[in-house]
Amino acid sequence: MDFSWIFSYWPLIAAGAVQTVLLLVISVGFGFILAIGLALAQVTGPRWLKLLARGYCTCLRGTPLLIQLWLLYYGVGSLLPMIPGLRASFLWPILREGFFFAAVSFTLNYAAYEAEVLRGALLAVPKGELEAGRSFGMSSWTLLRRIWLPRAIRIALPTIAGEVVLQLKATPLAFTVTVMDLYAVAYKVRQDTLLVYEPLMVVTVFYVCLTLIITRAFRIVEAQVPVRR
Amino acid sequence: MSSSQSLLELLSPYPPGWGGVLLAGALSTVLISLGAYLVGIAIGLVGAIGKLKGNRPVRFVLDLYTTAVRAIPELILIIGLYYAGTDGLNRLLAALGLPSVEINGFVAAVAVLGIVQGAYMTEVFRGAILAVPVGQIEAAAAFGMRPRLRFRRIVLPALMPNALPGLANLWMCVTKDSALIAVVGYQELALATRIAAGNTKHYFLFFLASAALYLAITLISNVLFAALERRFRRGQPKTA
Repeated sequence: MDFSWIFSYWPLIAAGAVQTVLLLVISVGFGFILAIGLALAQVTGPRWLKLLARGYCTCLRGTPLLIQLWLLYYGVGSLLPMIPGLRASFLWPILREGFFFAAVSFTLNYAAYEAEVLRGALLAVPKGELEAGRSFGMSSWTLLRRIWLPRAIRIALPTIAGEVVLQLKATPLAFTVTVMDLYAVAYKVRQDTLLVYEPLMVVTVFYVCLTLIITRAFRIVEAQVPVRR
Repeated sequence: MSSSQSLLELLSPYPPGWGGVLLAGALSTVLISLGAYLVGIAIGLVGAIGKLKGNRPVRFVLDLYTTAVRAIPELILIIGLYYAGTDGLNRLLAALGLPSVEINGFVAAVAVLGIVQGAYMTEVFRGAILAVPVGQIEAAAAFGMRPRLRFRRIVLPALMPNALPGLANLWMCVTKDSALIAVVGYQELALATRIAAGNTKHYFLFFLASAALYLAITLISNVLFAALERRFRRGQPKTA
């Protein structure tokens, strides 16, 4: 066991950790917003919207994230330069990066899983509470904002915590599209120093710590509202 | 020649087209998943019994196994186990004075994914066993059935309906996780797709095609698992 490389590689490890956390925050943040829309479409939307949202969830949950990522990075990425004017535009430096494609595909994928969780939670909100809100004369938007959604998110919190951890564990896939995340740093250390296990172990410790932080944070959020059992 | 026709030719199953490569990849994905799934079920059953009935050290080791596997990203686990496994086996053989072996990619993939699946299966089976009414097990014991017979005749059939939703979930997981094997270089659907796409430069087409194949695997398994659950739940009262 040789850990002396840590001293020369720690800036890279820190940068990798930032990339990993950034990917996680972006995909969970935007994915959650998208998931609310998808879940509402499945629960309250008109028939065509329901079918559309359900189809989206089935397709994204039925194919591996790796394939979705490669479809975006290699597939869409190879089609993008054909759009006239895009190469010269200010967007190109972002659109060229693997990070952009990783963030987009993780977001879309997370949204599909999260939408299923939220759909169940929306249906699990007691009917009486919604009726009570309606009898106060709340418009359907106010009802959604004040009662339906907060209650649903509260119900779904334990599952959401699990989904966020799963999302964290999906982020190393970004290394296959040239993102320098934590795992990619371990890979680079292996190539430079020919040590196989030590960098993997260090990176693993980081992931386990991040998992612990996520579960702790969710436990604190869950404890905000006392639940009577 | 129109471009849509040339796209179809690219997907044709015979050599100028790459459809055959994709289908072979899909077959190997299904085989890897099936192998890993069976390994996982075996580990899971033993692990669940160990967690419920084992003594302290056994329980501690099993807890460590399930926690570690579920906390570490699959990609890192798969790569770590792949290299550590092949390397460790060869060192062991060298220590025993035997020549080193080239480990078959298929066997390594099945073993690695099976170990990952086993951890999740352990938890699924543990929950399912706990959900079997105690009275049924006590009744079997009162009939004088030995623990092994009791497990085979009473516990196993009674836990299956409880475990099936979790098992179905894990099957979906393993078919998709098997794509990660591409990263260590064994040719299954994901890697076959990448090769086909890289050779023809039709990235979008091939990744879309392989996504469709994965989706087909998922949808077909959905139907099979629904039928399986109906079969295992026969005679049970319907809930709500």
